[in-house]
Amino acid sequence: MAEFWDIYLLPTLIIVGQILLIVLPLLLAVAYLTLYERKVMAVMQLRKGPNVVGPFGLLQPLADGAKLFFKETVVPTGANKVLFLLAPMVTFILSLIAWAVIPFDEGWVLADINVGILYLFAISSLGVYGIIVAGWASNSRYPFLGALRSAAQMVSYEVSIGFVIVTVLLCAGTLNLTGIVESQKGDLGLLNWWFVPLFPMFIIFFVSILAETNRHPFDLPEAEAELVAGYQTEYSSMAFALFFLGEYANMILMSGICTVLFLGGWLPPADWAIFTWIPGIIWFGIKIAILLFVFIWVRATLPRYRYDQLMRLGWKVFLPFSLLWVVVTAGFLVYFDMVPA
Amino acid sequence: MIISTIAFYLFAAMTIASAFMVISAKNPVHSVLYLILAFFNSAALFVLLGAEFIAMILIVVYVGAVAVLFLFVVMMLDINFAELRQGFLQYLPIGGLIGLILLIELILVVSGWALSPEAIQVGSQVAPTVSDLTNTEQLGHVIYTDYAYLFQIAGMILLVAMIGAIVLTNRTRPGVRKQKIAEQVYRRPEDSMAVRKVEPGQGV
Repeated sequence: MAEFWDIYLLPTLIIVGQILLIVLPLLLAVAYLTLYERKVMAVMQLRKGPNVVGPFGLLQPLADGAKLFFKETVVPTGANKVLFLLAPMVTFILSLIAWAVIPFDEGWVLADINVGILYLFAISSLGVYGIIVAGWASNSRYPFLGALRSAAQMVSYEVSIGFVIVTVLLCAGTLNLTGIVESQKGDLGLLNWWFVPLFPMFIIFFVSILAETNRHPFDLPEAEAELVAGYQTEYSSMAFALFFLGEYANMILMSGICTVLFLGGWLPPADWAIFTWIPGIIWFGIKIAILLFVFIWVRATLPRYRYDQLMRLGWKVFLPFSLLWVVVTAGFLVYFDMVPA
Repeated sequence: MIISTIAFYLFAAMTIASAFMVISAKNPVHSVLYLILAFFNSAALFVLLGAEFIAMILIVVYVGAVAVLFLFVVMMLDINFAELRQGFLQYLPIGGLIGLILLIELILVVSGWALSPEAIQVGSQVAPTVSDLTNTEQLGHVIYTDYAYLFQIAGMILLVAMIGAIVLTNRTRPGVRKQKIAEQVYRRPEDSMAVRKVEPGQGV
């Protein structure tokens, strides 16, 4: 019995505890990201934003959650019930399981696997299923159109995300996320992070993750002016809430991946004592918050892309450019004998 | 150890069950979703084997790209299910015959493999020593050193197939007005605007 406890039960309990330690703050972060977004947009548009529920509107996300929770769940008669309810769960679960490999600080990672970045790429490429299944299972025109758009959009931008990841891997020489962050360590601090030498790829990656998370200006799957609410049209109550949470968790996740790949993960921007004194997870959080600010900034600033322009940007601009940059980077590394061992 | 054995049987059983559902599901969209489940379980089997790179690539390529396009096409098809089932008895003999031939071939191959002396030798070889390279690096070494030419040829074949598919499906339709972004960007106010002095009561 003692053996059973030591080998199976205890590690399982530890892992469950670690999962809770990741998921609960994450859900809290998702809830407050909605408030962050509304506040930032309000400031940009010279409004006040939510300021009634709680001090500075701090309880607004909880009120929103409670409101959604008490709404009625409506399943359309013509819908495929199992798939209709499965789709939001898929979206939500996929946005959570990816966090298993994200390193929050040195050694603070649930699963330090060899192929961490491929795992993230695989999970993010699955995100499209939640949307496409939701659109089909709703058995309704607008959701279906939204689902078709998002399938095409997410598949297109995944290709350039793949090439961007390849360039970073070429420079870092490892697929392990902790290894990628370690490879950005150096005397120059901030200037050692990959976003400096690979600046064009950083931009491409950021624009691609906007498209991948269906955010403005690429939010065509739920373009409210033309498709009601896209694939979410038929959803209500908690099913809608799961989509919503999944989408925002995905935004944080994508910012996290961007931070790990380009912005040095948990590393401080310089090796000064005052910076190294701050724990790594705070730096990680600050970098994610900055990227999320840009997400919101873009939303408040840019008009929505037209669909053919979106496809053109993905296939005719980003794909050739990122492919070329992979070749250039590889050639540079080989020519100057800088290939990481 | 026992956990991985249980996991193996679980994933193997799920793979077979979902593969069976792929061919027996009445709705083609369900078939594709079961196919995805089958891919997932085979990826899990690869992970159990210690081939995590192949497992991830399987998910990225098959589930993330191929199956999405597959689902895309199947959802757009307007299939009459009643009509589909009508032909079932009509095609049963020929389908059964093909199945039988495949089964016989499989039996021949498997029994031949079990009996041939070379195969037994292969099976009795010691497993290669575990090196400290990750399996991504090992695969890279094998593909880009031992089999570099074959790998390049495979790439060329895929490229030719891709270009062929594009050539076959590409139609140049006359009279389509396409947006030319470069032209729009290079357009200057002088090209399209003129400032006129309009006298009152005369018009332009």
